[in-house]
Amino acid sequence: MTAPAGNSEAGLAIHGVALEMVERGAGRPLLFLHPGHPSGRLDPKAPVLEELAAHTHVIAPTHPGFGSTPAPRELTTIDDLAYLYLDLLDTLNLRDVIVVGVSLGGWIAAEMAVKSTEHMSALVLANAVGIKPGDRETRDIADIYAVTDKQLAELVWADPARMAPNPKTLPEGDLVAMARSRESTGRYAWSPYMHDPKLKGRLHRIRLPTLVLWGAADRVATVEYGRSYEAAIGGARFETIEGAGHFPHLEQPQAFARAVLGFIDATTRR
Amino acid sequence: MRVFQFTEQPYPPVWDDHNGSLRVNLPNRKLDPKIAADLFHRYYDEWQLADELGLDIMLNEHHATATCMSAACVIGLSVLARITKRARLLVLGYPIANRPDPLRAAEELATIDVISRGRLEMGFVRGVPQEVPIANLNPVFQSDRFWEAHDFIIKALTSHDEPFNWESENFHYRQVNVWPRCYQQPHPPVWSTTGSTFNAKKLGQYGYVMATLGTGYATRRLFDAYRQGYAEKHSGAAAPADRFAYLGLVAVGRTKEEARRRGELIASYPRSSGIVFAPFKNPPGYLSIEDNVRILKGEGKPRSFTKDGRVVDMASGSVQDLIDAGVMFCGTPDEVYEQIGDFVEHCGGMANLLMMGHAGPMSHEDTVGNLTLFAEEVYPRLKAMRQPEATAVAAQ
Repeated sequence: MTAPAGNSEAGLAIHGVALEMVERGAGRPLLFLHPGHPSGRLDPKAPVLEELAAHTHVIAPTHPGFGSTPAPRELTTIDDLAYLYLDLLDTLNLRDVIVVGVSLGGWIAAEMAVKSTEHMSALVLANAVGIKPGDRETRDIADIYAVTDKQLAELVWADPARMAPNPKTLPEGDLVAMARSRESTGRYAWSPYMHDPKLKGRLHRIRLPTLVLWGAADRVATVEYGRSYEAAIGGARFETIEGAGHFPHLEQPQAFARAVLGFIDATTRR
Repeated sequence: MRVFQFTEQPYPPVWDDHNGSLRVNLPNRKLDPKIAADLFHRYYDEWQLADELGLDIMLNEHHATATCMSAACVIGLSVLARITKRARLLVLGYPIANRPDPLRAAEELATIDVISRGRLEMGFVRGVPQEVPIANLNPVFQSDRFWEAHDFIIKALTSHDEPFNWESENFHYRQVNVWPRCYQQPHPPVWSTTGSTFNAKKLGQYGYVMATLGTGYATRRLFDAYRQGYAEKHSGAAAPADRFAYLGLVAVGRTKEEARRRGELIASYPRSSGIVFAPFKNPPGYLSIEDNVRILKGEGKPRSFTKDGRVVDMASGSVQDLIDAGVMFCGTPDEVYEQIGDFVEHCGGMANLLMMGHAGPMSHEDTVGNLTLFAEEVYPRLKAMRQPEATAVAAQ
């Protein structure tokens, strides 16, 4: 198995699972794990990709089911994706990888890190879901499937008027991607809803420099929820991004990249 | 033809007081348990009447809704198994993909079959999308889970010699041994519903009774898909008419005026059943990617058509629209007989009419009048009516 050349939108197969992937830039490897509905796979033209690729070698896979093909039947949980991406790091034979995940991608990143940090040097969890900090009657994470599209936009964006896409103006391909993202998020995160009941109790295993980065206006998982993540990971640093909600990499790409790159510079050696 | 009397056992007092959603999130404070008790007893009385009139019986379940108070079909089946004498008891259906425990379902169904002395008709359904938020089992895998629960229940009902083991992604059992076992052997007849040709063909392969709802004069393509699947797995044989069922709204009157008045009351069902907070209608994975793209574009997907291809919106159509679409059979006994006969011709054979003879605010008196007139003046003629010849239909 050989890694695809830089600056590509290629794919490869990891133990029989086809993986679509964007690769950009040179330098230290950075695995970017995208969020779920109402966002999805990283657009190869996304400004955050340029920002990160100016200083790192960005590897951004598309979670199976979010891309142009359905997920294989056997992939059903976030745990499955965590093992898939650990296998990816193995296959690419990468070292000192900076793993960055947003929302659902942050959950995957955390599940990877509690299993093995062998290939990693730093972890960035941005508006990550995945843990259950509250009691059984507290809705820690907003139910994105129990609200209208307009209500959802208000939950996820600091500035919904600027950020929320208008499906009526989008090309067919984007609509298919939106529909796949909505379905696949449900596939992996329907119940237990957006979390793994065991994950919080395992986060102590993460002994990497960890940044918990939070779009301050997030109403899907609030800053307080992010603080619970920080508290469960020893030595984790917590930062917020103003003017961003649940998807800070899209709403404030420069500030997002600055925070990620600044953290790496401050905490890890090249 | 067999006719099954069906009501959703509604709670109509709040149908005008719902803030845009009659399902999932309508607070149950709005239900007065004393009124609910009166309604339940009335509905059972009306089913007893149906039994006495020679009709069969159908019931269903929905959750968290004023459109249907039957939240556990097994309760209605249990009551009816004891208080009715001869009617077949069709549950259509039991939403087996929304239950974490199909062994419990198998035990319930077998027991009801025994208590009713073999009168159970066992309908399994995937369920409407707005059931998903209540059940909270993953809708993306609902179809897989449906078929696995089906496989499990059939095996549980037909295994008699020793406990068996079932360990899969969905269900985990180590000692499956259903007591009591079914009265009907090998098991009660299986029914299901569908709106897609893919599933229709699959049901045909099994040879189960297939029902459709609200498909009007677009029913034939579903029935033909069934016929294709049936022939494939039955040595080329033509699917008999008794493999097909259709849920029709029925309003009969001595006069046209009386029938129309009852038709308006029955039409409250299609006019209310879609009133639900929009996000609950589309859980992820329930509809296809293609359907979701259509929704994103703001396009709907019509299901009901008149004989001449006009699209009818069941939720807003007039009684005449519903009649034209074959969704409602309404008129004097002569007219209703003709409408049903015409529809059976369209279907190429359909020998089970699932008759919604009560809905919404229809009174006890009107329900009794509707059922009695139908049973006395329409049903005998439907029983005598010749179905289209199955082999000829299959050859078309």
